[in-house]
Amino acid sequence: MENSNVFGVVLAGGKGTRMGNVEKPKQFMEIGGKPILIHTIEKFVLNTEFEQVLVLSPKQWIKHTEDLIRRYIPTRDRIVVIEGGTTRNETIMNSIAYIEQQGRLNEDTVIVTHDSVRPFLTYRILEENIRYAREYGACDTVIAATDTIVESRDRASITDIPDRSTMYQGQTPQSFKAMHLRTLYQSLTEEEKQILTDACKILVIKGEQVHLVEGEVSNIKITYPYDLRVAEALLGGK
Amino acid sequence: MLNAVYQLKRPRQFELVYQDITLDDQHVIVRPTHLSICNADQRYYQGNRPEEILNKKLPMALIHEAIGQVVYDPTATFAVGDRVVMIPNLPSEEDPVIAENYLRSSRFRASGTDGFLQEYIQTVPDRLVLLPEGINLTVAAFTELVSVSYHAIGRFFESAHARREAVAVWGDENLGYITSLLIKTMYPEIRLTVMGVNEAKLNDFTFADETFLVNRIPQDFAMDHAFECVGGNAAPRAINQIIDYIRPEGTIGILGVTEDPAPINTRMILEKGLRMIGSSRSGRKDFKGLVELYSSHPEVVDYLENIVGEQITIREIRDISKAFEMDIHKLIGKTVMVWDK
Repeated sequence: MENSNVFGVVLAGGKGTRMGNVEKPKQFMEIGGKPILIHTIEKFVLNTEFEQVLVLSPKQWIKHTEDLIRRYIPTRDRIVVIEGGTTRNETIMNSIAYIEQQGRLNEDTVIVTHDSVRPFLTYRILEENIRYAREYGACDTVIAATDTIVESRDRASITDIPDRSTMYQGQTPQSFKAMHLRTLYQSLTEEEKQILTDACKILVIKGEQVHLVEGEVSNIKITYPYDLRVAEALLGGK
Repeated sequence: MLNAVYQLKRPRQFELVYQDITLDDQHVIVRPTHLSICNADQRYYQGNRPEEILNKKLPMALIHEAIGQVVYDPTATFAVGDRVVMIPNLPSEEDPVIAENYLRSSRFRASGTDGFLQEYIQTVPDRLVLLPEGINLTVAAFTELVSVSYHAIGRFFESAHARREAVAVWGDENLGYITSLLIKTMYPEIRLTVMGVNEAKLNDFTFADETFLVNRIPQDFAMDHAFECVGGNAAPRAINQIIDYIRPEGTIGILGVTEDPAPINTRMILEKGLRMIGSSRSGRKDFKGLVELYSSHPEVVDYLENIVGEQITIREIRDISKAFEMDIHKLIGKTVMVWDK
């Protein structure tokens, strides 16, 4: 939607090192005969709330990503492929910088950041992300933990078993008021920046509220070859 | 795109599966917003269909009465954001004589092919009809059901003989209400009588000229033509009662669905020279005509608000199950599920 002030940020930075012997980054693997990344971008394109959908890619894969978008998505005027950063959070900062360069950044600008390798994202999850980011400033998509979470600080013995009823597993999207996120991020020390792999944690360590959005069990991240098999099975609908 | 499809896996159990949708330049994509539960959906949900039919058709997404919003239209037939009613009949050929909803080659959503209980619907623009601006969306959700009555009335009056002073409708539930309302709106000069089994429900037929409980119909009552909108186990009794009261050469429109064959008084059909016309489903022509009627007679939409029962917000599968369970226990009216954006 023109001037909705909501931007999709698809994080396609992964180089796929956890994907066994597969050479291509995992977002280019196919499910149902189509690259995972394309499935994910299509979900954003079909949500009319997004002014633009920014796809953040490692430099060497930008052309390949653009080619795939051209091949699979006929109406692509709202999609932009830009270069990601060295870390997840730097990549998000690149997206905010891009929005600013377009003269579209203000206090109410919302970014909905999402792993490109979570193609089972649903319309509801996107909508609730937009709604809660607007209302609360930040939100994180989670599902209630079904397995007991066990903490081990020395990787050898248990240091804690937190109460499962208060535990959640993080998914994406994670959505933010972009300017505020950047201000908080910039106030971190370089050391803190290195440790923070999760964008929501930027707010959490600053004592800010991050609202929960209920995810879906099926909103899986395709990380291991096993996940590809699960993904194909989820596609099994007659 | 991996489209979330909420299929009924087996009676009372929904399952989320995904199906790929490829964006192309011929198909429109619609986000369903308001979905209305039909008795046909309930028969699958509760497992009230023969087992071989359930085995053949499930898993399948239910719901064939729904409206939505256009989110993607490369054909430029609609604008993004347009509210449309979706036509569940999917013809695969054109026939100059036989209507699309009677072609054996047509498919029908939520009956052999997935219904509208999906994240997105991909369709050719021909299966969508633009809704009037500002229309009550909850009422618009069951436009398909109303279009079935609209279609049946059209067919009926194409062949019923010209004396149409008195017409009676058997059935005091949703289909009876809708059919009666449309007859009175389209043919206000007709004297319309409604027969039912529940006095409280009959009292809602305020637009009818008179109503009777089926066991208190005056002996000298007679009508030129009649519609059966009862269906189920009571349909044979209703049809036989119509045969008793109808004047010679009258036409009986059959709209109610029965699972079992109905024993009817064929001797009297012969003696009176009656005609029976079956009607089922509807096609694009009916949706277009009905939407025009909504615009020209907005009071129809107001009357239809009377049969909105529960409106249930759905976010996920357990809400869908809840809506179907609530629909089972309703007294009257249509249950409409509204996607929480």
